[in-house]
Amino acid sequence: MTSDNINPDGKSVSRPWGSRHGRIPQKKDFLEGVKAEYDVVVIGSGLAGMTAANILGRNGQRVLLLEQHFKIGGLATWFKRPGGHIFDVSLHGFPVGMKKTCRKYWSQEIADKIVPLDKVTFDNPQFSFDTTFTREDFTEKLVTQFDLDREMVEGFFAHLRKMDFFDDSNLTTGELFEEFFPGRNDVHRLLMEPISYANGSNLDEPAITYGIVFSNFMSKGVYTFVGGTDVLISAMRAELLKNGVDIRTRVQVEKIQVEYGSDGKPHVAGVVANAGAATHTIRSSAVLSNANLKTTILKLVDEEHFRPEFVAEAKAVRLNNSSCQVYMGIRAGESIPFLTDLLFTSTRTKFQSHSLSDLHGESRTFSFYYPKGRPEMKEERYTIVASTNARYADWADMTDEEYESNKRQLCEETLSHLETYLPEVRSKVDYIEASTPRSFEFYTQHQGGSSFGTKFEGLAPSMNLHLELGGLFHAGSVGIIMSGWLGAANYGVIQANKVDSYLFQLQQTQNATS
Amino acid sequence: MTRDEVTLAIKDIIETIAPDEELVGLNPDERLRDQIELDSMDFLDIVMELRKRYGVQVPEEDYKELASLTSCADYLGPKLEDVELKVGC
Repeated sequence: MTSDNINPDGKSVSRPWGSRHGRIPQKKDFLEGVKAEYDVVVIGSGLAGMTAANILGRNGQRVLLLEQHFKIGGLATWFKRPGGHIFDVSLHGFPVGMKKTCRKYWSQEIADKIVPLDKVTFDNPQFSFDTTFTREDFTEKLVTQFDLDREMVEGFFAHLRKMDFFDDSNLTTGELFEEFFPGRNDVHRLLMEPISYANGSNLDEPAITYGIVFSNFMSKGVYTFVGGTDVLISAMRAELLKNGVDIRTRVQVEKIQVEYGSDGKPHVAGVVANAGAATHTIRSSAVLSNANLKTTILKLVDEEHFRPEFVAEAKAVRLNNSSCQVYMGIRAGESIPFLTDLLFTSTRTKFQSHSLSDLHGESRTFSFYYPKGRPEMKEERYTIVASTNARYADWADMTDEEYESNKRQLCEETLSHLETYLPEVRSKVDYIEASTPRSFEFYTQHQGGSSFGTKFEGLAPSMNLHLELGGLFHAGSVGIIMSGWLGAANYGVIQANKVDSYLFQLQQTQNATS
Repeated sequence: MTRDEVTLAIKDIIETIAPDEELVGLNPDERLRDQIELDSMDFLDIVMELRKRYGVQVPEEDYKELASLTSCADYLGPKLEDVELKVGC
């Protein structure tokens, strides 16, 4: 993800652009030939933006999909590095629901390539075991390895399944755990760690977010897409084009334009977009923003078009935390034995929710990518990606030297940690690189490098945006529950339905008056 | 559309959304989600399909009217009176 990589010999190689040097200036007009008007402009091609664009295109709406990066996909992304390495950034695993979502909103072919991981492993000073990551297996483990009463465990899972939006949102996840499993730090660790890695949440979030996410995620196994993120995104791109979506990358939306109707109420009129060599104004009846919620409300729209109360509500929304990753490539011709697909590991004796985001913390996940994940590749290749949660503030103010040395330290700590599982691995790794909250900020333009959207309170302003400003909708990671691959894609569908309904109404009115 | 055709229209939409579900022998008065695997996203799809195929808007507050085949026919019947049935699209 970053532009700077550190070779195993410790020498760093810098390129003249990247998270610390800014963007490459563009000489071409990336909106050349764009139409003057669309039914809807989608800002951002993350899974929510892409899925919404696909549905709206399929429904016959004229859709323009704008992406500031040179690739579509958002954090569903990959990158290539010297040595023939392809690194998947976020393909670690998602819930089984993704299969149905892909079948319904993408294609049967995409859905057919979604398969379960073979093995998921936990290893920390409190417990070590493999799991199928199903409710049945978690129940079994909690009863046999944690000596809990079966009825109590089943009661807890039943309680989680019943939780919804309308429940009390004052109870926190930590309080919920304490209620069911008092003083059981090990149980809290098992229940919380995977969810923290999946959506950046911690024990202080409303328990309902935990209940909803747990029931979707930690119930029927972990799934992945066979072929790699590049194959998935290229299949999605083909589908978008088939449905008539006009896709433009390297286009930076600067403003969402607003006009006032005869009733005095504001509605969107289009966007102003910088496409490199030229800036374009494109008209549209609706705008669906897949940019970060706060960016959408506080930056893309001029403040005067919202009620002050709404602006205050948006300002008060807390961003979710960011991430660090370390990408390790195994030299061509070398291999590593099958250990597991996904490893939740920590050397920390006791679980502390906030420590998962510590700078140089003791907890991380390892995602192992074996040749089985890319069966169409000519060579058999192996990569390992380590992920941790991270705080933007820890990285934001480092000098170039500090930044460089902290990244190097992160690479070294990660490699040493990995060596405890694969003793030979250091000699087989010929490429290692770290990404930080600054990399996430640079590539996604999310404030604070937020890799999981916003905290719970972001959900209301996201859902109600169109009530404040006609024709403006938001889809993307918000409110913890609408996060991760499945959450983002499904939220794209939910908001696409609203956009479609808005456009339908508008088109009906226009037909009636003309 | 007659009342029977409205039921046919709904069943045809469900068939495209949930192809693995057996729709023969559904009890029209019982909630659909108690008889077949339909989640809230599937109901959203029914709403989108109704708009796309028949130009019918179902506002969010009326989603509950789609709970059973009977309630669907009651609610959609008057709205689809002058609309032709389209099956298999």
